[in-house]
Amino acid sequence: MEQPILELKNIVKRFSGVTALDDVSLTIKRGEVRALVGENGAGKSTLIKVISGAHMPNSGEYWFDGGKVENCTPTKAKDMGIGVIYQELNLMPQLTVAENIFFGREIKKGGILDKKAMNNKCAQLISELGIEIDPRRKVRELTIAEQQVVEIVKAVSSDIKFLIMDEPTAPLTNNEIEKMFEIIRKLRKKQISILYISHRLEEIFEVSDTVTVLRDGKHIVTMNTAETDRSMLIKHMVGRELGQNFPRRESPIGEEIFSVSNLKTAQIHDCSFKLRKGEILGISGLVGAGRTELARAIFGADKLEGGSIVYKGETICNSNPKQAIRNGIGLITEDRKNQGLLLNKDISYNTTYASLEKISRFGVIKKRQGDEITDRYINAMNIKVHSREQLARTLSGGNQQKVVLGKWLATDSEILIFDEPTRGIDIGAKQEIYKLIRNLSDKEGKTIIMISSEMIELIGMCDRVLVMRGRTIVGELTGDDITQENILELAAE
Amino acid sequence: MKEKQHKKIRLSQYAIYLVMIALIVFFSIVADGFFSSTTFFNILRQVAVNGIAAVGMTMVILTGGIDISVGSLIGASSVGCAILMTTYHVNPIIAIVITLAFGLLVGLCNGFFIYEVKIPPMIATLASMSILRGAAYILSDGLPVYDIPEKFAVLGQGYLGVIPVPVIIMTVCFVVGYFVLEHTSFGRYIYGIGSNLEASRLSGVNVRKVMYSVYAICGTLASLAGIVYLSRVNSGQPKGGEGYEMDIITAVVLGGVSTTGGEGKIARVIAGLVIMGVLMTGMTMKGIPDYYQRVVKGFVLLAAISYDILSRRRIAEKG
Repeated sequence: MEQPILELKNIVKRFSGVTALDDVSLTIKRGEVRALVGENGAGKSTLIKVISGAHMPNSGEYWFDGGKVENCTPTKAKDMGIGVIYQELNLMPQLTVAENIFFGREIKKGGILDKKAMNNKCAQLISELGIEIDPRRKVRELTIAEQQVVEIVKAVSSDIKFLIMDEPTAPLTNNEIEKMFEIIRKLRKKQISILYISHRLEEIFEVSDTVTVLRDGKHIVTMNTAETDRSMLIKHMVGRELGQNFPRRESPIGEEIFSVSNLKTAQIHDCSFKLRKGEILGISGLVGAGRTELARAIFGADKLEGGSIVYKGETICNSNPKQAIRNGIGLITEDRKNQGLLLNKDISYNTTYASLEKISRFGVIKKRQGDEITDRYINAMNIKVHSREQLARTLSGGNQQKVVLGKWLATDSEILIFDEPTRGIDIGAKQEIYKLIRNLSDKEGKTIIMISSEMIELIGMCDRVLVMRGRTIVGELTGDDITQENILELAAE
Repeated sequence: MKEKQHKKIRLSQYAIYLVMIALIVFFSIVADGFFSSTTFFNILRQVAVNGIAAVGMTMVILTGGIDISVGSLIGASSVGCAILMTTYHVNPIIAIVITLAFGLLVGLCNGFFIYEVKIPPMIATLASMSILRGAAYILSDGLPVYDIPEKFAVLGQGYLGVIPVPVIIMTVCFVVGYFVLEHTSFGRYIYGIGSNLEASRLSGVNVRKVMYSVYAICGTLASLAGIVYLSRVNSGQPKGGEGYEMDIITAVVLGGVSTTGGEGKIARVIAGLVIMGVLMTGMTMKGIPDYYQRVVKGFVLLAAISYDILSRRRIAEKG
């Protein structure tokens, strides 16, 4: 039998008492594309970090390319031929594509940088992947997808044998994802093994040869991708049967209460739509179509250049988020960590942060009232915490999202805009978020705008879906017309 | 395991007090006459000027900023206030009000360049540091301003019972500062902005107002410190307050306020101030020259910031 490129035997990794990896064994062949799936907290990140040398396992053996690896460090892993593409890209935006790719190992002629040689070599490497990017362009001018290609080229150009890709498609549009898959297939032909981590199960069937499921730090199963299907994978991931059950609407939608017309900012133009009380309105479209920007325009986070917003019969002006909040609008941002939470502050601090005016008098906070609000939302949303003094940073993605939601519910917002509410959240928590959103609309009469890249989510949850393309709204779908095909038809460029 | 982590954090919270006590014990042993109520009040009186300014500095650093113009502002305020009272015979109380207003204005200007023009706080206040120091020399022709009204001395030299008036002023500043930071929405916003500016803006915080306010408070308190300083030395000194920004920032960082913003408690800044005061007084009593003291101060600042950053990194890595 051919010698495998990577072999992990009985790897155990503990963090101050918590076992993140429990007796995990894994064998990956040369040129194999292995998908790695599991809910958040299943141990995927820890496993990547063990392979890439960022974490040292407590016990177990690590073999790479036929040799036993002891005391692995990131530098050592790199030298052995392991590349990692993280979710957050590690490029220098001010430098050119070629400068980034050859950073630290520049081609020199007589001690002086040979830019021409670097640019040529770089162009060749990029075109080998079937992509066209000018090596002289500055990285900050590139799209996220192009930047990712640069990362991949950077990794490949140093003769790697094993590439780890952590959610590479998360920021990409469908077109770009296709291209990414092509790149992966080309790498496989070069006998480079790939460990591919993704939350999007459809992708796994498209691109991987084999798939490994982790759950609670344990290796559950490794299967040939061709011999499994979506529901079986999900079953292994959650350890129980879980269909795509979306909670159904139980109460009727109310009267029209909100409308925007001809909204225009630097990023979007001519956006008009209406909202009825209690309605869940979805906004679909590819990344870059202007969905988040539309939400920000409504919320006063970006400067309006034209158009108007009417709420309950009155024209309102949201020139900053503070005014939008006073007018009863809340925005649950896509990026929890950078835009939603105060990570190093506790839960109480976070849930009351947008409604301090309500619980204070002459600027002095009534602490007990704040604690009551916090406790109420911890209970109502079943947020798993030790106490309200726990720091937001230490919560899982799903619980963090609930804390952010609690913050907006505490402001008594009537219109809640959710931007990618389930991104990076495990399947169990997703289901809970769906239920919460449905309850808000059904029982509490909140009106909801839901931006999402997951079409299934929009189809399951929304009464109506707007599709955006080219920074404006290009179509609207209602009822049974909300299908993947129809959405894609409108969204595709 | 959470319990254990909690305990560790709690212990590190008290580490600063342990360092303070260790230093006091150390100097009590090596320096004759150090351990006495006279020395104790001397140290407190000495740190009072820095302490008043440290309250404003704490707020600024909590937002993730810094203000290195405070030392110059102390000097400019002391000279300005002295000239108002001597050359222009302004009533001392009105002179004080004008001086405080001047500090407020300087703070607002700092706030303008930092928030609107987006100059990094260190650079913006480096410029005002130079401008204010220059102004202090110009106003006084480079000479000390004498003949301060006698009554004015009460602020810097007076006693209320056994407690020096400057210590009382400092204490009031700290109590108010504590209340604002811990119990008001403004205080929450200061921490919030330092911890995540964009999230704060999107939570409806008026970031502009908070930013202007903290620099204005910092400026006003630096001017107040300048007034107390003027009263203590009984003359307007254009050189006054030189290098104080260093002592003040070191005390705040020693007190555990993170230079990256968002974290730290003002109560512990007092311990930081006392440590600086004990260190300087102790060294002076041992006859160590000022030049060496400066070297020590620099190392203390480096050590304090390194400790802060390294311990935070360790927590972050544990995730």
